[in-house]
Amino acid sequence: MIATDIAAILPEVILAVLAMGALLGAVYTGGDRTTPLLIWSAALVMVALGVWIGFGMSGTRTAFGGAFINDGFARFAKVAVLWSAAVVLLMSLDYLSRCDLLRFEFPLLVALAVVGMMMMVSAGDLMALYMGLELQSLALYVAASLRRDSVKSTEAGLKYFVLGALGSGLLLYGCSLAYGFAGTTQFSGIIATAQDGHVGIGLLFGLVFIITGLAFKVSAVPFHMWTPDVYEGAPTPVTAFFATAPKMAAMALFARVMHDAFGAAVADWSGIIALLSVGSMFLGAVAAIGQRDIKRLMAYSSIAHMGFALMGLAAGTGFGVQAMLIYMAIYLAMSLGVFAFILSLERDGRPVTDIGNLHQYSRQQPLRALCMLVLLFSLAGVPPMVGFFGKFYVLRAAVEADMIWLAVAGVIASVIGAFYYLRIVYFMYFGEEREPLDPPASTVQWAVLVASAAVMVFGVVNLLGIEGPAAMAAEALVR
Amino acid sequence: MTAAALAFYVFAISALTGGLFTVISRNPVHSVLWLILAFLSSAGLFVLLGAEFVAMLLVIVYVGAVAVLFLFVVMMLDVDFAELRAGMARYMPLALLIGVVLLMQLAIVLGSWTPADGVRVAESMSGLAVPETHNTAALGRLIYDDYIYLFQAAGLILLVAMIGAIVLTLRHRKDVKRQNVMAQMHRDPARALELVDVKPGQGL
Repeated sequence: MIATDIAAILPEVILAVLAMGALLGAVYTGGDRTTPLLIWSAALVMVALGVWIGFGMSGTRTAFGGAFINDGFARFAKVAVLWSAAVVLLMSLDYLSRCDLLRFEFPLLVALAVVGMMMMVSAGDLMALYMGLELQSLALYVAASLRRDSVKSTEAGLKYFVLGALGSGLLLYGCSLAYGFAGTTQFSGIIATAQDGHVGIGLLFGLVFIITGLAFKVSAVPFHMWTPDVYEGAPTPVTAFFATAPKMAAMALFARVMHDAFGAAVADWSGIIALLSVGSMFLGAVAAIGQRDIKRLMAYSSIAHMGFALMGLAAGTGFGVQAMLIYMAIYLAMSLGVFAFILSLERDGRPVTDIGNLHQYSRQQPLRALCMLVLLFSLAGVPPMVGFFGKFYVLRAAVEADMIWLAVAGVIASVIGAFYYLRIVYFMYFGEEREPLDPPASTVQWAVLVASAAVMVFGVVNLLGIEGPAAMAAEALVR
Repeated sequence: MTAAALAFYVFAISALTGGLFTVISRNPVHSVLWLILAFLSSAGLFVLLGAEFVAMLLVIVYVGAVAVLFLFVVMMLDVDFAELRAGMARYMPLALLIGVVLLMQLAIVLGSWTPADGVRVAESMSGLAVPETHNTAALGRLIYDDYIYLFQAAGLILLVAMIGAIVLTLRHRKDVKRQNVMAQMHRDPARALELVDVKPGQGL
């Protein structure tokens, strides 16, 4: 009994045990000198686990009395989380060593955060959900204030911690209400209490608080306040991590709770999520216009993208979940490329983040500027790029679910949002003459940037075959 | 009156007295001692309820660790408790109001509270029936068998918290002289001492 349960969570166990072993090893041997080795081995382990989970597992298994679910949906999210975390680790190595931030705890915190994310997307119980979420969040709070001598980094960590604790509190309040009115913490038990497509008034209160807590974690408007400050203050590799893997995990958890626990009462929550979605899309599009710091700009950009992903969830259908997964996968690929670009920006050996530094960048680095152009067009959703197809999918899901107003709002928001992406393109190609930036050194960052841009161009053919797995994942979740 | 009822009243009265004097006694050390009395009497009440494991936890954790920690804090920190307590008369009405609200909530729970529809159905589904065993064994089964996954996850969270505390606060200072125990133990008298035979009247 316990052996089969442990076999079901073997990838998580392996990652956690390796992280703990690496912690002991690093403490007793070289300390911070072992960091490059730890980063490379953590990334390799994550890639290998992703391959194993993605290609070596099938079917649906539950373990620990329903607290852990290993189904197609969880596997899709886990592969995305593992691979994006591995890429972030690899491209951060060069930046960390130049900024004297090469602490051996960083790869370990990332690995433990990834364990938390894997628990989140596999949660089948409100308690397992909370444990995974806290494991992830706690590791991220520490990572945000990793540069402890910088006021901004410390402020980012503290802000993230306080607001994250508030979000967790709201989530827990919702969980306790749901437990009180459903009599169980298991998703399979909660869904059984819904009758005629609606849940009782007490459970509805619980549902609203749970949605609020989860909206904090995906930074959807109006619970987004922490995002720009945290993205700006945290060291750039940590920001790159924030913008990718945790977003995927939180969004997958959102879909998991909504469909697994409240799937019998879609009408009760789809309106709330549609409102979160509209708010995020518009605020992300409008507030980013005034930003000069590219990390803050990416924070607002991620808020807007979460709005689009939530649109797929708001549809409340299997196709909506599929659209959301495709959107998130494309968003991850784009964000990784953009952050590879941001990590390589420096002048006189110091990292710079002001977009004013990008004037005439195309003269200095034509290929990089071209890659960034492709990525920015894709982020804006300009048709030939893959980013357009992500938006197309979620809009179609909204239209098919008779939420035409939501789709129209999404189109308007994406037109507004295109402005600030295209302004960076304008700076890079038609800006004024400025003092040039340092030539970038890291080959990993260069490779990620080029690969990500290539995906945006060549993925148009068949979206790199991601539709099939996403459809299977959605089918596993929405029955 | 049976022995159990007598024991209940003894423990209940001493718990209430302990609680009251924790609040009103002038000397903070006495306050902590009264608090310990309240903990011990509550432990007695738990034993009467048949929850001996919780009773032992209360004694070990609260009396053994938390109260002793309080005592240390009270004795070692120079906090002016008399000043902290100065506004007692002023805040009394508010405190009484909160107390009355709490009492009323307890009355509601005991009186008119009923479970929501559907709770019973879900309860029977979850398959977590309380076994008719010793409550220490039952708790152990719940924590280490049924919820082992969550228990281990909680352990990982604490590990991350510990790593975080060390990452954010530990600084290696290079300009400090530290004790090297191994070097001290491996000092050899043959090499550390030089015996010189000084002839009288000659000096070195």
